[in-house]
Amino acid sequence: METLEKVLTPEEQFQARIDADIRIEPKDWMPDAYRKTLIRQISQHAHSELVGMLPEGNWITRAPSLKRKSILLAKVQDEAGHGLYLYSAAETLGTTRDQMLADLHSGKAKYSSIFNYPTLSWADMGCVGWLVDGAAILNQVPLCRTSYGPYARAMVRVCKEESFHQRQGFEIMQTLCEGATAQKEMAQEALNRWWWPTLMMFGPKDSESPNTAQSMNWRIKRFTNDELRQKFVDMMVPQAEFLGLTVPDPAVKWNEARQAYDFGEVNWEEFWAVVKGNGMCNHERLQARVQAHEAGAWVREAANAHAAKRAAREAVAA
Amino acid sequence: MTTKTPSPQINMNQSEWPLWEVFIRSKQGLDHKHVGSLHAADATMAVQNARDVYTRRLEGVSIWVVESTHIHASNPDDSEAFFDPAADKVYRHPTFYDVPDSIKHM
Ligand SMILES: [Fe+2]
Ligand SMILES: [Fe+2]
Ligand SMILES: [Fe+2]
Repeated sequence: METLEKVLTPEEQFQARIDADIRIEPKDWMPDAYRKTLIRQISQHAHSELVGMLPEGNWITRAPSLKRKSILLAKVQDEAGHGLYLYSAAETLGTTRDQMLADLHSGKAKYSSIFNYPTLSWADMGCVGWLVDGAAILNQVPLCRTSYGPYARAMVRVCKEESFHQRQGFEIMQTLCEGATAQKEMAQEALNRWWWPTLMMFGPKDSESPNTAQSMNWRIKRFTNDELRQKFVDMMVPQAEFLGLTVPDPAVKWNEARQAYDFGEVNWEEFWAVVKGNGMCNHERLQARVQAHEAGAWVREAANAHAAKRAAREAVAA
Repeated sequence: MTTKTPSPQINMNQSEWPLWEVFIRSKQGLDHKHVGSLHAADATMAVQNARDVYTRRLEGVSIWVVESTHIHASNPDDSEAFFDPAADKVYRHPTFYDVPDSIKHM
């Protein structure tokens, strides 16, 4: 039997592999736009992990007990690890660590806007873990099946570690809510400030997210921003109720027909303002990052010099 | 990919440390498995960094690091020609052979 096989273009072959759920690995052929999209997304994600250490680092020295301090330290250390997993995944696409850091420090690259909000009270440590890590988990779990192999593998590692982050945050909230009136008020006040910014973590509305369709087609993304935002609200409203807290959105109401919660409109003006660099802490966060990088320069140079010296000694001995 | 430099060189302008691939034995009796990569100035630092980055929760009992430039890989573009010779050799598998039902222990 003779069949006339149509010759597929590299793009068509690539899409066929994606459609068959075959992972793409670093040396495989890929469209330039796929590579660029991934470098942007993975490095942004890595930057978010790195900058994300700052708002919590703010409370390490002031944690209310040694137990809380150890937990917070471990969590912040995990976030550093997440950044490192992700940077090395991005490097497999041909970019360098130096380039990515330079883009972060110059303000060219973005990171999650949530970290441009200040952490004003201890209850904020509860809200960050419970809500911010909770939202991150919803974003990240589908990424464990994303089409690019190294990214997916990094995300499996990240997701394994995230659930401790969310639980320790919830436990902080629960402890405050079961405490004195002032503690419960502190918890409510923190929730009031963090609720809306957390909803913004899922990104612009689907109708204003022109890249979503292509990313879904490439199976980089598996759910749309609005789908994930809805899931988050459905997950969190009952948890807030359990804590005896009120979500600061009068429009939140169970919709029996949709089997989901209705909720109000995010303040998109605020969202875009923070993305564009005009949030409460954009300047402070970037400055802290650049300062840490510059102050660490001598350590990087000294380690290089030490390694070269030792290698030279070993070469002579050999 | 760069090639291995014959003699160690010091380069103060280069802020980026070399890249290392990390392999971890998760428990005695299992083999080392690739887990990811990291930057370090030398092998000692690479092993220490690998401990901090990849084994914060007892994920390993042994770590190997290899400088990434020393890894040589098969070319994915040649995959078909390279691996296909194994595809038509069904007789390499025990299921290829018919064994009479009355024969036991085979
Ligand atoms: Fe993280
Ligand atoms: Fe994350
Ligand atoms: Fe986290």
